[in-house]
Amino acid sequence: MIDGIIALYIFMLAGFTGYEVISRVPVILHTPLMSGSNFVHGIVLVGAMVALAHAGSTLEQTIGFIGVILAAGNAVGGYVVTERMLKMFLASGNKQKKGHG
Amino acid sequence: MISTVSSQNLIQISYLVVAFLFIVGLKRMSSPVTAASGIRWAGLGMLLATIVTLAFMGASQSNLILVIAAIGIGGALAWVSGKRVAMTDMPQMIALYNGMGGGAAAAIAAVELFRGKETSITHLSLAVMGGFIGAVSFSGSLIAFGKLQGLITKSIRFGGQKIVNLLILLGTLGLAVAVVSGINSAPPAVSGFFALALLLGVAMTLPIGGADMPVVISLYNALTGLAVAFEGFVLDNAAMIIAGTVVGSAGTLLTQLMAKAMNRSLGNVLFANFGESGGAAGAGVTGSQKPIEASDAGVMMAFSQKVIVVPGYGLAVAQAQHKVWELSQLLLERGVTVKFAIHPVAGRMPGHMNVLLAEAGVPYELIADLEEINAEFETADVALIIGANDVVNPLARTDPSSPIFGMPILNADKAKNIIVIKRGQGQGFSGIDNALFVLDQTRMLYGDGQAAVNQLIQAVKAVE
Repeated sequence: MIDGIIALYIFMLAGFTGYEVISRVPVILHTPLMSGSNFVHGIVLVGAMVALAHAGSTLEQTIGFIGVILAAGNAVGGYVVTERMLKMFLASGNKQKKGHG
Repeated sequence: MISTVSSQNLIQISYLVVAFLFIVGLKRMSSPVTAASGIRWAGLGMLLATIVTLAFMGASQSNLILVIAAIGIGGALAWVSGKRVAMTDMPQMIALYNGMGGGAAAAIAAVELFRGKETSITHLSLAVMGGFIGAVSFSGSLIAFGKLQGLITKSIRFGGQKIVNLLILLGTLGLAVAVVSGINSAPPAVSGFFALALLLGVAMTLPIGGADMPVVISLYNALTGLAVAFEGFVLDNAAMIIAGTVVGSAGTLLTQLMAKAMNRSLGNVLFANFGESGGAAGAGVTGSQKPIEASDAGVMMAFSQKVIVVPGYGLAVAQAQHKVWELSQLLLERGVTVKFAIHPVAGRMPGHMNVLLAEAGVPYELIADLEEINAEFETADVALIIGANDVVNPLARTDPSSPIFGMPILNADKAKNIIVIKRGQGQGFSGIDNALFVLDQTRMLYGDGQAAVNQLIQAVKAVE
């Protein structure tokens, strides 16, 4: 489906994208952004789901089951903490506006 | 047959949309104004990916039930823990969730390898590499979590440790080669491979000190991204390849930025243990610390033109950020200029202190980073240091034998008066003496951060 050379192209372009997106980030957002990128690799969830969906033996099912639990934890946990952190930036920004308005 | 093809197409197209949403989301997260909406874009992508996969992955009914149950369990646990965790504990929580992602990537590799149906050398190699990196990231992140959470208090170091780690690494690689080449791809070899990879993550992380943990967590974050990308190749999943690679490269850059801010190279963090080289360091610090009463310090600040607050991790531990903002507001009302000087590694990760101050309601415009603020210390009447130590230590500029020599610091020593709030007379996190504390214009206000700031508030209020 995804041929070798095409896969390498995707790999290279995605690599540059990640670098570019981060390189203009102010320090104040480093922690939320690390948390946000941590959430993004939670996409491993779909891979774990597919792995468990096609598991044959009990061993594969057990590992797949654990994999999906872990992946769901990564995705949901990553989302919740990132949103909480970023909300505070929003809140402090609003207060700032009120204070000057 | 036709319906299978079209559902495949639907999955592929939706993954394209997912990749788009992730990149736009990350892009928006990189500016304070749009950041909060960024995570929602990315979240939408994750939701879409999950629903489409659930609908079209073609699982047997029993496996489908398992998938839904596992998402429910993992999601619910993470939801509750994520909502409850205090802002100060964010770094270890990120480490934990990151480790889970690495573990999931390793699990995907394990399922593929145990099934043993994969014959392409490329796919086998990618599965093994992703499994290796994922497993190291999993166990390493758990150790990082344990350390920051205070579950593991000692940095375990022993003679020949590097050789032992190297042997574990070689053993892991040996088994990896055996599995890929088909010399021995039986379940015991696969199990041994994963066991050694997990052990390596533990062995690598145990000797690293708490101060270096942010860099390590960031590194494991990048590694998990890479592991996810590799497993994406194995599963022909474009969303995983793109998202994983983006995180891998972004995380690597972020790790370098952090290491640079701490004046540590990545190799240094991973392979040299802090304090070891500086054991016999320097002439040390001579002079004595001079105490001050909170009431005097309060009066000094109330009649200043300009006060620069330097918050460190000690402030976060004492949960004093709200009190500090209350104190600052009192000073601002009196017409004192108040600024917050944030070192790049204040808190436990770059930007962590900004999060904590934002939580307390401090506006951005009062917060300055190192380059902006350093020239201003000379015009400051008071530099108020709360729970910061190494980041204001002038030895980093003057003493080449100090382990922190060369690290960019906040030039708090240039201020006319310096007030340091500190628990006791001891050394900081890194165990290095601080020359700032014994300067002529420095006064020490001993006590718990929150209590001390409270006394300062009362003192400023009493001035009239």
